[in-house]
Amino acid sequence: MKPEGLVLINNEGLRTDGRTLNDLRKTEIILGYLKHANGSVYYKQGNTKIVAAVFGPSEAHPRHLALPDRAILRVRYHMAPFSVEERKSPAPTRREVELSMVIRNALEPIVISELFPRTLIDIFIEVIQADGGTRGAGVTAAALALADAGIPLRSLVAACAAGKVDGKVVLDLNDLEDKYGEADMPVAYLPTLNKISLLQMDGKMKVEEFKEALSIAINGCMKLYQAQVGAIRNKYTLEDQG
Amino acid sequence: MSITPEKPIISKIMKDNMAKLLEENKRLDGRSLTQYRDISFATDVIQKAEGSAQVNIGHTKVLVGVKMGTGAPFPDTPNQGVLTVNAELLPLASPTFEPGPPDERAIALARYVDRSVRESEAIDLESLVVVPGKLVHIVYIDVYVLDYDGNLIDASVLAAVKALETTKFKKVIRENDQTKFSDELVPLPLKERPVSVTTAVVDNKLIVDPDLIEEQAAETLITFTFTEAQDIVAVMKNDQGFISPEQVLEALKISIEKARELANKMGWWEGG
Amino acid sequence: MSRKTAGRLVVPGEVIVTGNYRAGANTVKISSSVIATRTGLLRMSGNVVSVVALRGFYTPQVGDRVIGVIEDLEGNGWKVDINAPYPAFLPASEIFGRRFDPLRHNLFEKLPLGSVVYAKVRAFDRTQNTLLTLKGPGMGRIEEGILAYITPQKIPRLIGKSGSMIALVKQFTNTKLIVGENGRVVVVSRDKASEERVLAAIKKIDEEAHISGLTERVIEVLRGEA
Repeated sequence: MKPEGLVLINNEGLRTDGRTLNDLRKTEIILGYLKHANGSVYYKQGNTKIVAAVFGPSEAHPRHLALPDRAILRVRYHMAPFSVEERKSPAPTRREVELSMVIRNALEPIVISELFPRTLIDIFIEVIQADGGTRGAGVTAAALALADAGIPLRSLVAACAAGKVDGKVVLDLNDLEDKYGEADMPVAYLPTLNKISLLQMDGKMKVEEFKEALSIAINGCMKLYQAQVGAIRNKYTLEDQG
Repeated sequence: MSITPEKPIISKIMKDNMAKLLEENKRLDGRSLTQYRDISFATDVIQKAEGSAQVNIGHTKVLVGVKMGTGAPFPDTPNQGVLTVNAELLPLASPTFEPGPPDERAIALARYVDRSVRESEAIDLESLVVVPGKLVHIVYIDVYVLDYDGNLIDASVLAAVKALETTKFKKVIRENDQTKFSDELVPLPLKERPVSVTTAVVDNKLIVDPDLIEEQAAETLITFTFTEAQDIVAVMKNDQGFISPEQVLEALKISIEKARELANKMGWWEGG
Repeated sequence: MSRKTAGRLVVPGEVIVTGNYRAGANTVKISSSVIATRTGLLRMSGNVVSVVALRGFYTPQVGDRVIGVIEDLEGNGWKVDINAPYPAFLPASEIFGRRFDPLRHNLFEKLPLGSVVYAKVRAFDRTQNTLLTLKGPGMGRIEEGILAYITPQKIPRLIGKSGSMIALVKQFTNTKLIVGENGRVVVVSRDKASEERVLAAIKKIDEEAHISGLTERVIEVLRGEA
């Protein structure tokens, strides 16, 4: 229930954090953030902060989980107890169980898993601060961690949420907007293949609003993809560093 | 943690048959691409539950029981009753369902049914308050999957709404500082009857209401839930695989029409 | 269709070229486009497009010389960690010969857990584990040295053209290097100072293999000037 007097979009079309309707929050990407993971990233989008790590491919244990013709992915999306306003118990919630599955489904199609039968690839997504859009940020971060680990990918994938807030279609909802807005729609998109690998909507939208939101979400994903590519390129800059 | 599940092996000859038929816009069981299987339903099947319904779509059978309870409201919604949805993929429904607590598929199914009912504001939760901030009615929706032959979501949403529609319970009232159950049975106040439509992407074709083998062969699945006024209240791409933005919009277009058909079949949205 | 300049950095999923090209190492063909599957430097050879990966892990090939660590004992041999997605197996006969007798011969004593071996990949396919052999020059148990790691894709740079880089290491620091194609390197130095310089040089090659002028920078490190 929206608190009395909470204005999410003011008369000038500015949101609670000063953004316009179509603004993506600023991202910060640090590749190879952890020493022991095979691939890792520290990913920040606005105030949402995520550490993602990839281990593998390694021998699948227990054996009965291994698939004969491809690698299996094991994805854990988890929120730290201190990541949210009201401390969250460390035990996995039903939401984390569903989101782990939804994120895995978003990442499965980008990994060329047929190259490594009977192995396991671990993908860990830890939300250390949650300010809306955590499953999208988790997907974007995980793709970077997979690339950092040198796992062969047929594409990168970037994700963000569009939604409806104070009656208007907006991009990249923060926590307040997600809680008190009318609809939230996370989308994961592969710009090089023009495909969607994650799509959910929760709330109430008219058909035309849904179409508009889908379109701006895809544009948001394309911008995030540019940030991913930029981060990888910057890490391996070809200038002689003397 | 979510782990890649074992994908059932479909025999090559069945896969090839499916592909050949799809080229001519036909399916293995003779349906058209946008045709639902036979749908039948029964209500008040469980007398001990306040509400119940079973919906069969083809061989898929889902039984939903609604129980009414009382308790404290959630702290951030002191003026609303509580809605909670649980789903069980019973081991007897499929060789792929193991006994044990709900796994990720059961949890995802329950949460999708919950979103469909909650975001459509189907139940007038405010009318379920007894003492604001202290005592409210709780609506327990339990989705029991009895037989899995593809498309659990649509059967579950239809059964849940049908069960809610036929729920009768004794309200708790305050009389002279005491709370007691009233004597008469009243229906649950239902404002909306949401309907979901699931589409599979198989060999780049969109097919509605996939049966088990079509689900297994599918690239991916997508579900939309609508209200009578054609608001979309829930969407879920529900599998691995890709879908193009164009296919999403095409599936949406088909689903809007099919939702109306399904609703009419259940006796809803008529005269709309 | 303009040719893409070789040596360009590509990222996973990047469309390199479209048309009548073949997919080489670290690329995949989707529809008619050749797409990079790993971050690395582009190489074109005729119409074969490949990527020299800057990030990756080791996948065994028959004939590879690898440095392994004994991690388990099995009835008739040892399970060896070769830093690959699949474990490797070293048959007992490689040490004891054809007359291996589990009653008389003690696997545990000959190669206890944690022993380091220099071995060769005799057979590999993805349906069963890698088979190792010790038949080859210098192969067998490695008794001393420091175990270092470098991204396997950078091993050719560590070896250098016709062994030129390894020769430089020996020239400037009198250190012996045992190089495994699985990314493991054993460094045997006479003194701590040389050892540190060699480890620093290996790290530099790992981090800067794609930046021109590497050889000069490595020499500086080996000389102790960096």
